[in-house]
Amino acid sequence: MINKSLKQLGAMLQGKEISSVEMTQEFLNRIDRLNPEINAFITLDKDKTLAQAKHADSLLAAGKGTALTGLPIGQKDIFVAKGWRTTCGSKMLETFIGPYDADIIERFDCVGAVNLGKTNMDEFAMGSSNETSYYGKVQNPWDRSRVPGGSSGGSAAAVAARLCAAATGTDTGGSIRQPASLCGLSGLKPTYGLASRFGMIAFASSLDQSGPMAKSCEDMALMMNVLTGFDKRDSTSLNREKEDYARDLNKPLAGLKVGLPKEYFSEGLGADVAKVVNEAIAEYKKLGAQIVDISLPNTKLSIPVYYVLAPAEASSNLSRFDGVRYGHRAKEHGDLMDMYCKSRAEGFGAEVKRRILIGAYVLSAGYYDAYYIKAQQIRRLIAQDFENAFKQCDIIMGPTAPSTAFKAGEKADDPVAMYLQDIYTIAVNLAGLPGMSIPAGFAPSDDGKRLPVGLQIIGNYFDEARMLNAGHAYQQVTDWHSQMPEGIE
Amino acid sequence: MEWEVVIGLETHTQLQTKTKIFSGASTAFGSEPNTQACVVSLAFPGVLPVLNQEAVKCAIKFGLAVNAEIAPRSVFARKNYFYPDLPKGYQISQYELPVVGKGSMTIQVGNGDKAYEKVINITRAHLEEDAGKSVHGAQEGMSGIDLNRAGTPLLEIVTEPDMRSAAEAVAYAKKLHDLVQWIGICDGNMQEGSFRCDVNVSVRPKGSDKLGTRREIKNLNSFKFMQQAIEYETSWQIETLEDGGTIQQSTVLFNPDTGETRAMRSKEEANDYRYFPDPDLLPLAISESDISKVKADMPELPEAMKARFEAQYGLAHYDANALTSSRGTANYFVATVDAGSDAKLAANWVMGSVSAKLNAEDKEISESPISPNALASLIKRIQDGTISNNAAKQVFEAMWADEGDADSIIESKGLKQVSDSGAIEAIVDEVLAANAAMVEEFKAGKEKAFNALVGQAMKASKGKANPAQVNEILKKKLGG
Repeated sequence: MINKSLKQLGAMLQGKEISSVEMTQEFLNRIDRLNPEINAFITLDKDKTLAQAKHADSLLAAGKGTALTGLPIGQKDIFVAKGWRTTCGSKMLETFIGPYDADIIERFDCVGAVNLGKTNMDEFAMGSSNETSYYGKVQNPWDRSRVPGGSSGGSAAAVAARLCAAATGTDTGGSIRQPASLCGLSGLKPTYGLASRFGMIAFASSLDQSGPMAKSCEDMALMMNVLTGFDKRDSTSLNREKEDYARDLNKPLAGLKVGLPKEYFSEGLGADVAKVVNEAIAEYKKLGAQIVDISLPNTKLSIPVYYVLAPAEASSNLSRFDGVRYGHRAKEHGDLMDMYCKSRAEGFGAEVKRRILIGAYVLSAGYYDAYYIKAQQIRRLIAQDFENAFKQCDIIMGPTAPSTAFKAGEKADDPVAMYLQDIYTIAVNLAGLPGMSIPAGFAPSDDGKRLPVGLQIIGNYFDEARMLNAGHAYQQVTDWHSQMPEGIE
Repeated sequence: MEWEVVIGLETHTQLQTKTKIFSGASTAFGSEPNTQACVVSLAFPGVLPVLNQEAVKCAIKFGLAVNAEIAPRSVFARKNYFYPDLPKGYQISQYELPVVGKGSMTIQVGNGDKAYEKVINITRAHLEEDAGKSVHGAQEGMSGIDLNRAGTPLLEIVTEPDMRSAAEAVAYAKKLHDLVQWIGICDGNMQEGSFRCDVNVSVRPKGSDKLGTRREIKNLNSFKFMQQAIEYETSWQIETLEDGGTIQQSTVLFNPDTGETRAMRSKEEANDYRYFPDPDLLPLAISESDISKVKADMPELPEAMKARFEAQYGLAHYDANALTSSRGTANYFVATVDAGSDAKLAANWVMGSVSAKLNAEDKEISESPISPNALASLIKRIQDGTISNNAAKQVFEAMWADEGDADSIIESKGLKQVSDSGAIEAIVDEVLAANAAMVEEFKAGKEKAFNALVGQAMKASKGKANPAQVNEILKKKLGG
């Protein structure tokens, strides 16, 4: 059962082969057994979870079930859920209980999906290895000594270890796609504004977007149908007609123009990753795709631009964590200023502090024009790069990350090396475009392990259905996406 | 040396919307602490602001009322600083691109012969959210935070440094206070903090065109305090400069008990607010049609109404101005005229007895015990000669004391004027007979004697004789 897709599991529930309570219990048992080491889940509430499963069973019995009814889903701990501890990976929120439901939690709840638990993540989604979490690092199920990527590392490891059928993630600079790549999953960051940010603890508001992490594109389409949609509680939510993201899954790919940006295949890309990605592209040719060489000339600027804009927004977004109304407050403190300083010094980890400092610096008087304004101007140039590219092609392909999963601790003391993990993903967030990573094969590690490699597919605005079509077609002729790591039986 | 004071105002007006500017929480004043603080007001993790369109309408109304440019695109920015009553750690405001641009208002300063008009230029007006309140002393050794007010919509209205005296500043503040209530965007309640002024004051040698260093007097919530604070601040600055000192740019507070201003913090040490556009909110777009819709709902503005009163009712400029000082007064006047009163008489009564009574009892015109209809019925009795002006004053007093309507009071007090010329002639004859000396004086050319005879006749009629008729008959008899 554990390797079945959402679609297959759903059919089992609809066909009464198994109840949601039984299925949920099975995954909870796996979590009990495997999670103490993998550490993908940081908060479980079995009573709540099983109560939801029971409710789902009653919906199914009444014939009111839909595609995701009764299916256990892991929820990234960035989403506030009523009655659930919601930590965002931070000590700051160690005892914070959500007083309301995030839009995405509400949407899964509405269709009778089961919240299996809250998944680990980099603190406030700041990191590419899940090592900044206050709740401990997460193991990559393909090689337990390696990182799962981040910031949605807990969700990625949970799906890869088959601790849940699918999970949610959020992606500010690659936080869905890079861990999906490192853990051998499919992960999609939708067009900015398609999924509501209400109840998703903000990191960088103009870049944050939630999305699905699952085994296949078909499963992601089912999740996209649930998690997208207009929400009047988020002013940046787009009021568009609901669409069925599964509608084009089986379209033939003949004639699809695939653009390969030369900047994504140059210096910095690991040879092992390049090899796998090129093989995947060869497969697309066989499927009838037409390959076009394109250029995204401002790619190299995306990291410096991102590390001005994202920290700027974060420095302000994280000001609310002041120890006054909720969250961590220092036990011993003097006056008000001392209370602020100690509470924040104790509550935030090093990477979060680093970004708050960078953000406050680039926004300060005298530096604002040189950093923030300049970065906004370059952000527009980066978006124009894509605009021009999409005049030549329908879809863009390349690597998701420059390397396979690295060893825990390997880059922990070198922030810039860590930031380079997102070199191919960040520009997509800056442009607000949809981006996806799908498993494209494996590269051997020095110590003889098979490490997953992700193929990134970037679409034009609102082109998620076409991207899922491209991914699904590939997953019909390959089986990378259904392979399981060893040692998780 | 002769000095000139230069004053500019920043006024925070709380907008009369039912809910907060970025959430659905209520804005009602005076509730139990934190009962009007939803998860957005409390800035819980994950919550987002959604702009209340009613607040935008208020801003457009104000822009129209001061003939200002209304920006087709304005931007909300975050003003970052830490304070316990500021739950997000930033205030959402407008910084570089405000919703209302340059406009102007004409104020009247002073009374009588010294009265003059002056145009005050509005620099901008922008939307922002109010902060909560710190509550000290509720618990031993602790400070409380009440976030009921956090997120209440404010329109901050900023002037150019156009005012040159405390009187001008107060006249502007009063006029603005009237205007925001007139157009229905603010309840004007200064005690509850709905209308708060920050006043920037600087001085310079008369004739200089360079501005001196300013100090900002914060949070003045009464016109009296504003007057005192500016006067104190002005003389303090002049003295300081004349003693060879310099003025440090700073924020000061006015202490009503001592009548003094004192520096709160120096601007140099002030926060760097790290303003940047709020990524949670789209730029605010206002179309021509949005503006037209608001325009259609706008009441007639005081300036237009003033001109109409002059043209339609033949009122003097000063009177028309006084009657349009507040929408309540103007409505009261119009209703009195509509109920059949002569316009000039109505104007005199509204500005005279009615406003004197209201002032004495510290009441708003909406609380007047005499309705416009009732006042009109009284004035009509003057118009048709039933009562004299003097008698009317007695009737007015009785009506104010709720003793009945005009006619029943005239009846019960027997104030009806005698207009029967036969009866008046008889009285005049008696008076002439009884006051032969006065008649002689008059005939000898003493004009004053005539008035004394009129007085005698009125007295003899117990004030009820129609004075015009008494005059006429007396003149005829003496001249004849």
